Amino acid sequence: MAERSTPTLAVWKFTSCDGCQLTLLDCEEDLLALTGQVEIRHFLEASSRADPGPYDVSLVEGSITTAEQERLIRQVREWSRVLVTIGACATAGGVQALRNFADVEEFRSVVYATPSYVDTLATSTPIAAHVRVDYELRGCPIDRRQLVAVLSAFLAGREPDLPDDSVCTECKRRGNTCVMVADGTPCLGPVTHAGCGALCPTYRRGCYGCFGPVRAPNTRSLIRQLRVCGMGDAELDRVFHTFNAAAPGFASARGETDEPSQ
Amino acid sequence: MTDRVAVIDHSALVELVGLLHAEGYVVVGPTLRENAIVLAELDDGDDLVSGWGVDTEAGRYRVVRRADDAVFAHSAGPQSWKSFLHPARRRLLSTDTSDGDLTVEPEPEPSRRMAFLGVRPCDLVAIGVLDRVLAGGRYPDPGYTARRDGVLVIVANCTEPGATCFCVSMGGGPRAPAGFDLALTERVDDAGHRFLVEVGSAAGEELLAALPHRAATDADLRVADDDLADAAEHMGRAMPEVDLRALLVDSRESPHWAEVASRCLACGNCTMVCPTCFCTTTEEVTDLTGEHGERWQRWSSCFDLDFSYLHGGEVRTSRQSRYRQWMTHKLSTWYDQFGSSGCVGCGRCIVWCPVGIDITEEAASLTALASREVGT
Repeated sequence: MAERSTPTLAVWKFTSCDGCQLTLLDCEEDLLALTGQVEIRHFLEASSRADPGPYDVSLVEGSITTAEQERLIRQVREWSRVLVTIGACATAGGVQALRNFADVEEFRSVVYATPSYVDTLATSTPIAAHVRVDYELRGCPIDRRQLVAVLSAFLAGREPDLPDDSVCTECKRRGNTCVMVADGTPCLGPVTHAGCGALCPTYRRGCYGCFGPVRAPNTRSLIRQLRVCGMGDAELDRVFHTFNAAAPGFASARGETDEPSQ
Repeated sequence: MTDRVAVIDHSALVELVGLLHAEGYVVVGPTLRENAIVLAELDDGDDLVSGWGVDTEAGRYRVVRRADDAVFAHSAGPQSWKSFLHPARRRLLSTDTSDGDLTVEPEPEPSRRMAFLGVRPCDLVAIGVLDRVLAGGRYPDPGYTARRDGVLVIVANCTEPGATCFCVSMGGGPRAPAGFDLALTERVDDAGHRFLVEVGSAAGEELLAALPHRAATDADLRVADDDLADAAEHMGRAMPEVDLRALLVDSRESPHWAEVASRCLACGNCTMVCPTCFCTTTEEVTDLTGEHGERWQRWSSCFDLDFSYLHGGEVRTSRQSRYRQWMTHKLSTWYDQFGSSGCVGCGRCIVWCPVGIDITEEAASLTALASREVGT
């Protein structure tokens, strides 16, 4: 068998809190195993070494909020054979995409002592709005097992298993009792993309949708039930407008919360 | 020779769990965990739920403290026996290439026999459905048969059906006629807390013989008959009295599917809690070195978009097509495929639907629309 050259990996940060990169560092023994399988050529969170591309895989954290980032992400795409976005910022624009629904000039003038220092676009947009993305890892932060699974699949030369189910399917497979039905706890699980392993409901908390919407979520119907569970207008408005506020499936829920309860 | 019908008290029921353990069974029964009565492996007889009932409605489940110590005065909970016979996740095989050659190790199936304590008559019917689906065809699922073979079944007949129960209208009832090792009918009154025990097999007879019991009197039998006849009259729900199999086929283009889809979340909860929904998918897992691989089977749902993915895309992209597929399969095409209905009337899909979609109401709506069509 021909000797296979060691695949190269790069990790990139755009507008984000670094939490998803930390998830990679938190992989502990898996991280050691990974460093035995790939050459990490660019990962500023972990090392000041920054070798030029091309790279076999790029993990991209963060959203695009500056003109400079708009340029850089195109370069990263060119340098990368496979591009994987990691986390809600990269896949949906993140919590900073709340600016998309407001006036950035107003924020800039109110929040910062010297507004002229702030160089920013009017919107925070996901990576896929700028370049082609091969795989998306959802979540705020991403799930460590999913990250390792995607990298393992890449190394084995197969498609990763990233099902587009609801959180409910993971919750039920874990044998959890539904918090909404049995406790009356509001939960976004039915409209939220799987991948976390139903982490919050496992601890009897309602899902708050950090993995973003499933494809074509029926938020209108869920909102009616969230009202039955005691959520009011302000909470409903807020619950869909956090880490995935600009994801189309959740952004459209804003109009649906205005509907009077039935 | 023991009696075929006897009476035991609550302490003998607790003792029964120990007796089953002594015989090497894994004993699974109803126990209170957080806010629900769940089926779980019992460490001892005191793990059995006691003194709790449930209040169910569409999209709502609450455990309720009872005035008595009844063990089986509750209806279907969040999971079914499917979780133990056809687990939500199961490793099928492991592979290893660390010494250069590929070795494939099939997953050994569990060898310990299970005893199911407190199987509801509807759930016993459901196990029969799973038997036909997973073990009845030309290619029985070895994972299923390994778990299913040798299961000891202790039925708990239903004296207090829930507001979401409709087994009677699905051809079943609160009393299991056969298919058990032992069947219990609970009674709590001034004369005490006791269980009428019917023997259904030699294994059941041996168990009963090892427990303190007395022969059942005519009065005991009459009381149980009356309680169960009464329960049959108190189903909280009923399917419309029509040919459901034909109704669903004839309703293929019904406008009602779009109405259901406006409420349906397509979250898959109904299929996960259904005691007969059996669909699975497989996933391949490798470690970072690539030397170790595993193949897993996990429950899948026809409500997932991925479920109908054929090369290039999904076939059932709309929610209405997915709800229609599920309900039509359950009530109609299941007959074509497996010779029976796929619904046993346990009501779980009604209770555990986060937005309370009620299969009996949807069937009634389809019936009303179909008859209107005939009338025009």
